[in-house]
Amino acid sequence: MFQVLHDINLDWLGNRKWFIGISVLLMLAGLGSAIVRQATGRQAFNLGVDFKGGTVVTARFRQKPSDDAIRNALTEKGVRDAVVQPVTDRPDTVLIKVPLEGEGQDGRTKVKEALNTFGGEAAPGTELEADQNASYKIVGTDAVGAIAGAQLRNKAIAVTLAALVGILVYIAARFEWTYGAAAVIAVFHDVLVTLGFFSIFQIEISLNVIAALLTLVGFSVNDTIVVFDRIRENRKLHRRDSLYKITNDSINQTLSRTVITNGLVFLSVLALVLFGGDVLRAFSLALFIGVVFGTYSSIAIASPIMVWWEQRLEAANRETALSFNQPRVMKAAGAAKGAKRSLRDASKPLH
Amino acid sequence: MKKKNLLTRVIIIAIVTVVGIYLVIGPRRRPNLRDFTWSGIKQTLKSNIHLGLDLQGGSHLVMRVKTEEYLKRLTEEDYTAAQNAAKDAGYEIKGGQANANPGNYRVALQLADPSKATEVKEAVEKKVELGDSNVWSYASSGDTVSWTMTQSAQRTLSDNATTQALNIIDSRINALGIAEPTLQTHGAQSSHQILLQMPGVQDPERVKRILQGESRLELVHVVGPPSPAPATTYPTEMDAIASLGSAGTVPPNRRVLPYQERIEKSAATDPNQQKPKQWVVVELPAIIDGSELRNASAIPAQGGRADDYEINFSLKKTGAEKFGAWTGAHINEYMGVVLNGEVKSIAYIRSQIFDSGQITGRFTKQSAEDLALTLRSGALPAPIEYLEERTVGPSLGQDSIRAGVRASLVGLALVVVFMLFYYRGSGVNAVVALLLNMILMLAGLIVFGATLTLPGIAGIILTIGMAVDSNVLIFERIREELRSGKTVPSAVDLGFDRAFITIIDTHVTTIISSLFLFVFGTGPIRGFAVTLVIGLLVNLFSAVYVSRTIFIWLLSRKKMETLSI
Repeated sequence: MFQVLHDINLDWLGNRKWFIGISVLLMLAGLGSAIVRQATGRQAFNLGVDFKGGTVVTARFRQKPSDDAIRNALTEKGVRDAVVQPVTDRPDTVLIKVPLEGEGQDGRTKVKEALNTFGGEAAPGTELEADQNASYKIVGTDAVGAIAGAQLRNKAIAVTLAALVGILVYIAARFEWTYGAAAVIAVFHDVLVTLGFFSIFQIEISLNVIAALLTLVGFSVNDTIVVFDRIRENRKLHRRDSLYKITNDSINQTLSRTVITNGLVFLSVLALVLFGGDVLRAFSLALFIGVVFGTYSSIAIASPIMVWWEQRLEAANRETALSFNQPRVMKAAGAAKGAKRSLRDASKPLH
Repeated sequence: MKKKNLLTRVIIIAIVTVVGIYLVIGPRRRPNLRDFTWSGIKQTLKSNIHLGLDLQGGSHLVMRVKTEEYLKRLTEEDYTAAQNAAKDAGYEIKGGQANANPGNYRVALQLADPSKATEVKEAVEKKVELGDSNVWSYASSGDTVSWTMTQSAQRTLSDNATTQALNIIDSRINALGIAEPTLQTHGAQSSHQILLQMPGVQDPERVKRILQGESRLELVHVVGPPSPAPATTYPTEMDAIASLGSAGTVPPNRRVLPYQERIEKSAATDPNQQKPKQWVVVELPAIIDGSELRNASAIPAQGGRADDYEINFSLKKTGAEKFGAWTGAHINEYMGVVLNGEVKSIAYIRSQIFDSGQITGRFTKQSAEDLALTLRSGALPAPIEYLEERTVGPSLGQDSIRAGVRASLVGLALVVVFMLFYYRGSGVNAVVALLLNMILMLAGLIVFGATLTLPGIAGIILTIGMAVDSNVLIFERIREELRSGKTVPSAVDLGFDRAFITIIDTHVTTIISSLFLFVFGTGPIRGFAVTLVIGLLVNLFSAVYVSRTIFIWLLSRKKMETLSI
């Protein structure tokens, strides 16, 4: 049998300070980028029209003018701050992004006026190739008003948070709530780090990127659960071992699976980045970053947090267990009332 | 027992597979041989799988009915009517106002004699619908009597206006002959939004224009001396108001409207030349409005140039009676045709007119036809605005399909090659499970009538990832058990049983979060969630049940000492 990575015995938790340090650093970098950009009057995130409002016109040309020529034509027709963006895998196509100018403004009509200076548009219902007199054709439009933009933004955030709560509740029910909390913190970390990258490199965030972030949430939780599941199993098998050792063992035992699965997903996503085309580019990049950090966070974030939390609870437990002795004696002496209350109090932090 | 168990499993798998394959490539009618040729399958595949607008091309429009404008109009109309009613009943009104701010709609009258408040209230409520206590709440203080629209009435009236707008848009779409449109309310209950999806529409600009046309038609009496004196017009709005002689205000039974006079067309005049905008004073209420229309159609203008069109309209019986009576009594006076608050044309009444008229203006053939269409479908209760428009041309959609499919296939190929290389014999197992997963996932999409979108393809890619993960989890577990010295059959059993717990947990977690996305998410997020949920449910069958059955079958054939894994 051909295999990688079995009988590995690494002390993952021993490096937790490094892991968490690196993560905090990455998150701070992203946060710093967002704050500095915001403070200096630039945009913290490069939000697409989906969330900011505005119009994107996709135009295909028979003979594409230079981006500057298109920009000049737009300026002449009174369209300011338009972004002309070439499509790398379709040299005849450009994206023209027009910022929002109040409700009811029709960005498409203005862009069309400007493009008409290069020759007419292909008639409705005909492709560019079929209409010999035409020099371009608008093949796609995305126009989002301010109201719809805010709606989409709020909805995306609300839905993501709701999904995270759903995950927390399920893991809490199947494992312990500390496991659920650790998994959700790890996922949150992944999302923050990915968003940090998007801020630093100013990659555009569209609705599709949100779908990618959700994919990454699913993927990261999936990975975390595989490790936690092993921990749960090992805790039953090796009751004597400390949680620290069990967690390390579990990560090591699932390591071959982690490497194989995540390696394969990594390759598929790489295929998406390379062959998915420009439409999917931001989406694929979000997934790409997400896969790397989703894998990393199950081992480096979720597990240490869970172990730390469980150990604290155990310590607290022991303390309350000690203080039980006193009231128990008292209960025997007939002071049942006071004992009941302190029992209830003591059991509180466990749930 | 094991043999029998195996047989049941094989039968179940065979049935599911055959049904799944047929669902994907079989036609939804009695199949013939041609359907199973390569091109036949391609054809059926196209009609079976419902592609989203981003893949097949089409338009997605979200619009909002400006219900606040509707409530504002209601308030202003009731204010005018209330003033007239009070005056008609012989009470002196010093002033008053109509407040119409979003959320607050109020009609107030200021009385010369505050002691007459109750009488004025009764006189007004007898004639005007302000008496409906479900809609308006009455109050009086000092010399002012007022009616305020209740919150619940604002909600009900706004909702009604949205429903009405939805119906009118529906009839306009039908009149345009758009195939397979989806029209529904959108967003929260009180957001008054309408979603319209039109697959494959080629000219979204025209559709947008037609849907947005308010088409409020009114026929009004233009105030001024009768013919042969020319129609009374004023160069500015100020002049028009001043002519009313009421200290710079417009009395409640008058309106001042803009008027763009048409140039009589002849070969000598420049068709683009326009006369300056003028203003006219018209009587309120209008003689009749668009709700009395029976029909409207575009016809070439008489004596005009070839591309000059006008609209002929005819009236319903009740409207014709009203119109006939009015025109009979006002021979030689001037009448105006008002469209969306702008006077389109003015003519004097030569003889009594009963049931038809024209709207003239600078109409091209298409704009005249479009206007006639919107007039026939009725006026929108309130203007609409577009919040979101997404139009994807068919060629752009094709590009996206190609890119998505290419990326998925490359990913799939990588996975297949690796699984065969790394797990050898058992890798075949995984590949069979993976391919079955793909087929059944498509079948699932078809059965649930789900739409495949671009993010949906991303969902497929994540499903491939999780399907592989299931196999890897199982195989790695079996290897582990083998290493610890278990026999092949018990290693396989243990491997499946233990991995199954993990697989269930990972799948259920993802399905739960996807359900949230499906229920609360919008467009692309939903498309993603649908494929993912279907893919994962299928995966529980293909990666666990099918894969295990193959192992059981292998083990039942001969006693194995080693396993190719």
